[in-house]
Amino acid sequence: MIPRDAAAADAWEQAVRRAPNLVRHLRLVRSKDAGPFVLTVDLFAHDAEGLARLRDAGVLVPGLWAELYAVEVDDVEVHVVESVYAVKVSFPRPVASGDLHDRDITGGQQYASVVEALARSPLGDR
Amino acid sequence: MAGTVVPQPMSYLALSGSLGCGFREDSLDRALARDLAFIACDSGSTDGGPYYLGSGAWIWADSAYERDLRLGLAASSQAGVPLIVGSCGGGGGDAAVRGYLEMVDRIAREQGRAVRVACVLTEPDRDVLVGKLRSGDLLPLTGAPRIDEQTLRADGHIVAMAGAEQVQWALDTGADVVLLGRVADAALYAAVPLAAGHDPALVWNAAKIMECGAAAAENRSGQDCLLCTIEADGFVLEAPDPALRCTPASVATHTLYEVADPFRLVMPSGVLDTREARYEALDDRRVRVSGGRWDPSDRYTVKLEGSAPVGHASSFWGSIADPLLLRQLPRWTEAVEARLQERLGEVATGAFEVSIRTYGADGTTGRARPVVPYEAVLVVDVVGETQEEASAMARAAYHVALHWPIEGWSGGSVTAFAHPYSAPVVDRGPVHRFTLNHAAVLDDDERLGLFRLEVHEVGAR
Repeated sequence: MIPRDAAAADAWEQAVRRAPNLVRHLRLVRSKDAGPFVLTVDLFAHDAEGLARLRDAGVLVPGLWAELYAVEVDDVEVHVVESVYAVKVSFPRPVASGDLHDRDITGGQQYASVVEALARSPLGDR
Repeated sequence: MAGTVVPQPMSYLALSGSLGCGFREDSLDRALARDLAFIACDSGSTDGGPYYLGSGAWIWADSAYERDLRLGLAASSQAGVPLIVGSCGGGGGDAAVRGYLEMVDRIAREQGRAVRVACVLTEPDRDVLVGKLRSGDLLPLTGAPRIDEQTLRADGHIVAMAGAEQVQWALDTGADVVLLGRVADAALYAAVPLAAGHDPALVWNAAKIMECGAAAAENRSGQDCLLCTIEADGFVLEAPDPALRCTPASVATHTLYEVADPFRLVMPSGVLDTREARYEALDDRRVRVSGGRWDPSDRYTVKLEGSAPVGHASSFWGSIADPLLLRQLPRWTEAVEARLQERLGEVATGAFEVSIRTYGADGTTGRARPVVPYEAVLVVDVVGETQEEASAMARAAYHVALHWPIEGWSGGSVTAFAHPYSAPVVDRGPVHRFTLNHAAVLDDDERLGLFRLEVHEVGAR
């Protein structure tokens, strides 16, 4: 039965309310297939301070991604692109693009999970 | 090829990031004022999933491709330079190359031109691939599925991704137009500058950015043309449309798009490393890029893509708003699916697969939210061996799901979802699966041998 847990439901509502605050630090969060077997997520900060806050939020830690996207820690590849204050994270898709049970053929909405996690972090503070 | 003399600066044009997605005609006209060495456009994408490669269907309408091709051909004729088009049809199968050849013939007749077309067909001989598997020369790439000889013998299509060498091979025939099956997008833009002796690091970095057309501009709206000029120690990017601005940030941002690693581009003959690349503004709409490194590989590898049919699908959708049902949705769909596993075998004899997703609840990400959604959309797919079987099963599944009990309500039958269409079940035709994400190691004589080159004289006689 959902909701299972009122506190979890409150945390979700709070994350949704906090999510718009992210745009003060981040100009763009997106996801996309990098070929049919790999998903890649890009996080762009506005500036060096935003990038530092992203690091503080733990986005360089593969474990965060392994948990959010149900993939193996060792399969998570993290790149920092200092010139545009960006972090790129790539990992194999659990289901190949377009397989019967695939939910998102282009991978275009898979950034939602990390946005939710970041909204809970200090980046989501007003 | 590479000489000791510093090559002259060379300009070239990307028509669009994707042939068939359009570009502005006035942008092309403006670009033609430049001294161009060639015009190119990629036509491929795996964005739409395995259907296009597997079936050979083209992603966009014939009319959409033909519009872009007509303008591209007229421009290449006016400039007296080759037009290079890659990954025909989207998937890059041999039939799409022949389909594009017919389009070029038709357009060339209209334009009153005789055109030499070099076609590079990229569906390898399956026996050769089986030999590669046996000799350990098929290397799995990230996330690659397990494969066996059956994978390489399956119906559908397997393509090998050509590199700059195969584009040069086609250009060496003196072709006005080069049509390729599957080819690395960047190779379309690298072949000519490499042949002229330009620095491979610059050539490949430029090509990697150019292959998406005006996507590298910060304010593009829709697809458009992009110009590149390669010089001795850098290259300049500029959109012909004066309203579009390429900035160091927009170009660097673009290098992240749709790639797992923003700093490495793996090509058959080597790897581009752009960690040391520098992006500087020449003015408010032109960017100059320098630096980067090209590391030649000691073995020549081509990427393989495959898509095979897995059956035929029939599907239906239903929208759920009952709070009781929304609260028990995961359990309800599990129970429906368990029943379908029994029921569907009663209306069809062949193997089948069922998939139930609830968009609006956990459908998009697969992660359950700790809240009850306002509404959720049930998406049910049934895959059978034939369309008739899939349809029979999906229609049976529709009835099972429509009236499946909702815990809490009792004493009468329920209707568990709303649907907007009559008939509710849609037959979706053949469905496919990506089967390969591997690199084939080629011997020297296979660089061309795995591919097939054809030269055709078409158009007005």
